[in-house]
Amino acid sequence: MATQATADLDQNAGIKQTVPRRLWLGVLHDWVTTVDHKKIGLLYIGYAVFFMVIAGSEALLIRIQLAVPNNHFVSPQVFNQLFTMHGTTMVFFVGMPILFGFGNYLVPLMIGARDMAFPRLNAFSFWISAFGGLLLYFSYFGASGLYGAGSAPDVGWFAYAPLTAQIFSPGHSTDYWTLAVLLSGIGSVGTAINIVATTICMRCPGMKLSRMPLLPWLYLVTSCMAFVAISPLTAAQIMLMLDRYVGSHFFDTQAGGSAVLWMHFFWIFGHPEVYILVMPAFAFANEIIPVFSRKAIFGYPAMVAASVGIGFISFSVWAHHMFSVGMGSGPNTFFVLASMVIAVPTGIKIFNWLATMWGGKIHFTVSMMFAAGFLFQFLIAGLTGIMLAAAPFDWQLTGSYFVVAHFHYVLVGAILFMIFSAFYYWFPKMSGHMLSERLGKWHFWIFFIGFHLTFDFMHIPGLLGMPRRIYTYEADRGWQIWNMIVSSGAIFQAIGILLFVYNMIWSYFKGPIAGPDPWDAWTLEWSTTSPPPDYNFAVIPTVKSRRPLWDLKHPDDPDSHYE
Amino acid sequence: MLVLSITCGIFLVVGGLLLYAMLRYRHRPNDVNAAQEPAQIYGSNQIELSWTVIPILIVVMLFLATARVILATEDAPKPTSALDVTVIGHQFWWEYRYPKLGIVTANELHIPVSDPKHPTPTYLTMSSADTDHSFWVPRLAGKTDLIPNQVNTMWIDPNNPGLYLGQCAQYCGVQHAKMLIRIYADSPADFAAWVSHQQGLAVENPSAAEGRKIFQHNACISCHTVAGTVATGRFGPDLTHIASRDTIASGSVPNTAANLRAFVDNPASFKPGALMPPMHLNDHDLNAVTAYLMSLK
Amino acid sequence: MSEAAIIPQNASPAWELPSRGIVGIVCLIVAEAAIFIIFIVAYLYYLGKSLTGPTPHDVLQLPIFTSICLLSSSLTVHLAVSALHHTRRGMCSLWLAATILLGGIFLAGTAHEWYQLIYHDGLTIRTNLFGTTFYSLVGLHATHVVVGLSMLCLALFFSLTGVMSSKHTGRLEVLSLYWHFVDAVWVVVFTVVYVLGR
Repeated sequence: MATQATADLDQNAGIKQTVPRRLWLGVLHDWVTTVDHKKIGLLYIGYAVFFMVIAGSEALLIRIQLAVPNNHFVSPQVFNQLFTMHGTTMVFFVGMPILFGFGNYLVPLMIGARDMAFPRLNAFSFWISAFGGLLLYFSYFGASGLYGAGSAPDVGWFAYAPLTAQIFSPGHSTDYWTLAVLLSGIGSVGTAINIVATTICMRCPGMKLSRMPLLPWLYLVTSCMAFVAISPLTAAQIMLMLDRYVGSHFFDTQAGGSAVLWMHFFWIFGHPEVYILVMPAFAFANEIIPVFSRKAIFGYPAMVAASVGIGFISFSVWAHHMFSVGMGSGPNTFFVLASMVIAVPTGIKIFNWLATMWGGKIHFTVSMMFAAGFLFQFLIAGLTGIMLAAAPFDWQLTGSYFVVAHFHYVLVGAILFMIFSAFYYWFPKMSGHMLSERLGKWHFWIFFIGFHLTFDFMHIPGLLGMPRRIYTYEADRGWQIWNMIVSSGAIFQAIGILLFVYNMIWSYFKGPIAGPDPWDAWTLEWSTTSPPPDYNFAVIPTVKSRRPLWDLKHPDDPDSHYE
Repeated sequence: MLVLSITCGIFLVVGGLLLYAMLRYRHRPNDVNAAQEPAQIYGSNQIELSWTVIPILIVVMLFLATARVILATEDAPKPTSALDVTVIGHQFWWEYRYPKLGIVTANELHIPVSDPKHPTPTYLTMSSADTDHSFWVPRLAGKTDLIPNQVNTMWIDPNNPGLYLGQCAQYCGVQHAKMLIRIYADSPADFAAWVSHQQGLAVENPSAAEGRKIFQHNACISCHTVAGTVATGRFGPDLTHIASRDTIASGSVPNTAANLRAFVDNPASFKPGALMPPMHLNDHDLNAVTAYLMSLK
Repeated sequence: MSEAAIIPQNASPAWELPSRGIVGIVCLIVAEAAIFIIFIVAYLYYLGKSLTGPTPHDVLQLPIFTSICLLSSSLTVHLAVSALHHTRRGMCSLWLAATILLGGIFLAGTAHEWYQLIYHDGLTIRTNLFGTTFYSLVGLHATHVVVGLSMLCLALFFSLTGVMSSKHTGRLEVLSLYWHFVDAVWVVVFTVVYVLGR
């Protein structure tokens, strides 16, 4: 080889080979210009964790304000900005990035590919999303002053019209919301296109779709949902901007426009969006639960069918967010039916996970502890969802803290718990070091207590009549004790998150070396080093079953005999 | 109740099974066969079929029960003995009009108690003058939204007299939290008395003449109505009988002279973001106007 | 577990997967179609609900000529792809130029129609609900035509300067799929706005 010969020559000539020191600038340049799916995945994840801390702090401020009635910790204007920013940040700049980040990292590895289908589109998607997040927070500085009213947006994360019209929201705060979310949407669609093209076009030889692990399958379904779901939001936001700046009348009720039309467009996006957020959590569960139960996933074809089913049905349930709007008994009844039907495939998934654990040998590592929490909490969240699907029940409870408790049960209790589980499971692969199990257990228990203190008890003020999005409440409604308990749980959760961030930083430098396959798992990402080299695999593998590493480890009883 | 019992049942069964599986099948450190993997079971058609069919049946049952309630509530014919009230939502107060009785008031709704044997419910016809609002009095009914350029209807049917509290349940802007609802379900006699009092024009108390003059020479009359005077503004609440109300600022503070004075001086002292601007009256005028308002019983 | 487990390499039957470019553009088309559907829903929802101003019946005329131009451009772009596939670069450039010309005529026709509507009929985006939904829907489509034409011009440039060859047929086909989508959207918009709505 030319370089080897040159090196020998140099050595022989006695010229000292200086290895250039990697300057910080060089490292930064590498990360900013990277198109490698693994680095982009880590950028997404790091970015999301950063915003999670910010949005979590916003939640903490909200809970301090609501801990006692008629509190003056923050003004009404600031409170309204806090809940808007908390919701918008958590959905678009924590949830979407972290889930697409894991997808970016894992999907090519699990299907035996070297990268995503469109690496430069991948990088573009990340940077435009990141810009959106910065734009949203710039509103704290930029939206007031020059043009008057408004600082950060304060219209709620679903920004109902006509509150968002120029007359009710002057200044630029609403525009920052609209543009930031629009940009994030473009990034998400870009990543979704990448994931679909990658899973369909870049699987390694032998990996028919029926042999593809469930994680890429669920990311495929999620991404298909993303194209169809994010576009209505983009369209509605274009219409909102036209209304605000060009004088069009899409949502202008004075000109005959309809406030309800915004609701329809938003929720046609909004409901599939929450399924887009939860499907990756299912994907993680599909990989983690089998490995720690030491059994294959029960009912692979049913899992695929249920996921596709959920994907489709999720587009037909949106108006269960609008039961109190006055659509009439016909539409209300239809949406009740659709919302209840979606419980069937969702339930099937829970039963399959149960059956996977049944008869297994469950190892309760921290990752599995979080997955166990996920199973119980997702069950409860689904059941309160069924309650809300019954429209008469919903007429009392929509717009109240019962709904807030329900959706946080899904977002935190199911999705965030599963994200933590995924961190503990795949951090060794990504960094080469194991996360500390001891710190992890502290993290789990403290967060678990905080989660239940807050979100179990949050159902009660809702049942007692407390609406959402109120900056304070009267002392004579009987809500104060519950609010105090809810607020106290927030402190535990904050401590839990800080422990988690500390664990990641400490373990990156000092954690035990992980090796390629610390969990004795069965999918392709565990067949390469930790962390994987830039090219992922030295040789592109050929697979014969759903669990290629199981086949290797058990040549007498490979999966390929049973599929 | 059906919904609650079914969901509780599912929780106990599935949750119980999950808990059992986690305890019974956990890896034990003293396991002799630790290195051996458990039997790999990939699926079972019978089991999977049954846990698809049973949930479908449960869903059908729940749906039919729910649909029945929806149709009974939403498609029920309007009761003939109902009292008609028109509700208009504003940022951040409630306007109530009784079209057949010629009454206009704000924030405190008086309705007759309804005898189950001869019901006299109140039929609300609702819309909004600005953004979306929602009318929610939990002890009386579920919520219904008030949407601009759209009319929604609902009815309430209290069987017991008393005060029912609620508040706006759709985020409508800065003071959404202080858009409180107070519904007074009065006995028939009390209600009749209230109606006849409200139907009267504004009380003309000579001792409040100075305050009345100041009121009528200021911007007050462009937003507020005082029946029988030159004040015919419709942007703000009707003040004809304001002194007869228990609270001001849409239920958020008690209706006392001190509070009234503070509110007129600067609404932002109770409700920052309320659309009424501070009136910039000097102390003498402020006292006079307060006395005038307190005289409007 | 040893380093990098080697998965056995057996000669498997030819492992062919769909082209990334085609899958990618189909996904993009689905996403864009969803945006158009929302604008069309808004158009249909507000039909007949304008409080004032000119109605579709008053001011709209069927844009037959420009529509024929746009729809024929689908044919010409298909011929361009086919020509490239058979390494007839001259013909490819010719058909690309024809596509751009036909698309350009469509845009010019739209511009002329809008000029008439704004200055002679007094219909702008802020006039009434019809104006709002009409200009936004047709404008969104026109924006997509502009983007498509820019890409086609780029392709024409590459074709004329000899940079493009038959191995790039796949990429030109991806672009042509986008162009077919733009035409298909016009069919729907034409039907909804000029036929049903009037």
